Amino acid sequence: MRSNLILHVVAKFVIPLIILFALYVQFHGDFGPGGGFQAGVIFSAAFILYALVFGLDVAEKIIPANWLRILAALGVLIYAGVGLASLLLGANYLDYTPLGSNPIAGQHLGILLVELGVGITVAAAMLIIFFTFAGRGRD
Amino acid sequence: MIDIIIDITLLTFLAITSIAILRMSNLFAIVMLFGIFSLLSAGLFVVMDAPDVAFTEAAVGAGISTVLMLATLALVKRQQKPHYTEETPQTHRPWLPLLVVAVTGSTLIYGTWDIPAFGAPDAPAQTHVARYYIDNALQETGVPNIVTAVLASYRSFDTLGEVAVIFTAAVAVLLLIGGRRPKSSDTTEDEEKQDEI
Repeated sequence: MRSNLILHVVAKFVIPLIILFALYVQFHGDFGPGGGFQAGVIFSAAFILYALVFGLDVAEKIIPANWLRILAALGVLIYAGVGLASLLLGANYLDYTPLGSNPIAGQHLGILLVELGVGITVAAAMLIIFFTFAGRGRD
Repeated sequence: MIDIIIDITLLTFLAITSIAILRMSNLFAIVMLFGIFSLLSAGLFVVMDAPDVAFTEAAVGAGISTVLMLATLALVKRQQKPHYTEETPQTHRPWLPLLVVAVTGSTLIYGTWDIPAFGAPDAPAQTHVARYYIDNALQETGVPNIVTAVLASYRSFDTLGEVAVIFTAAVAVLLLIGGRRPKSSDTTEDEEKQDEI
């Protein structure tokens, strides 16, 4: 990949901000617009930008492909696990009420965990799809 | 008033973008216009007070899918082949497709006459569970953003299904084009060496 100084400098400056914004969207989704889906996509956009500017091989060293596969499955498992936890605590599947000391706290914890699972799966899935598509043209 | 002006401007740009996409044959420009189309739609969603949807449209439609289409474009030619050339001229007449499009379009427009006004409180969409969510979401979940409360708590089953769909999409892409393709013997050896390192 051709080196381009301006792109490199700007990307290095912007990527941390994108990741920070993704985390804000992830954990502020209870109060403002956003949530796991949007945060996951923004998070993956930061890594896609890195891959576009610095090359696919470097990006794949930062997030190895098998990690991504594990993460994509992990997100779904976190989500389904929250449901199982509430089942074990005596409530309906995905009813978060018994997860905390009071119903509101339980709902908060449940929504937080569920959104985290969504974010992890979406980010990993987007990166898997991008790396697979982009990797086809490499050789 | 200002809403209407913004709506008309955005919708005009949407129509111009769609016509431009139809008439162009440079695929790179078309992909860029798709991104612009998504961004304009996101603007419309903001005007309609749906920032969560606008957010998703801007991030997925204008961001990720543009990148994915560019990645695909890197594998194919940038210029669309013309449908009709001098050797194979257009043989059928455009009247039948035009009639089908006109009838479908006018049926759809006729259908909009019965739709309740935008945001009308007595619209069917507002009279069933929406009322309950607006009244009780904050007390029951403690989450000020009702969209999040509905998405992650009341409708958690749906969201679990959606996450499973995204996971399945990633698995399907991996299964279809993610595997190692057969290569000529010299490159395979190189790769094996790299793997050992």
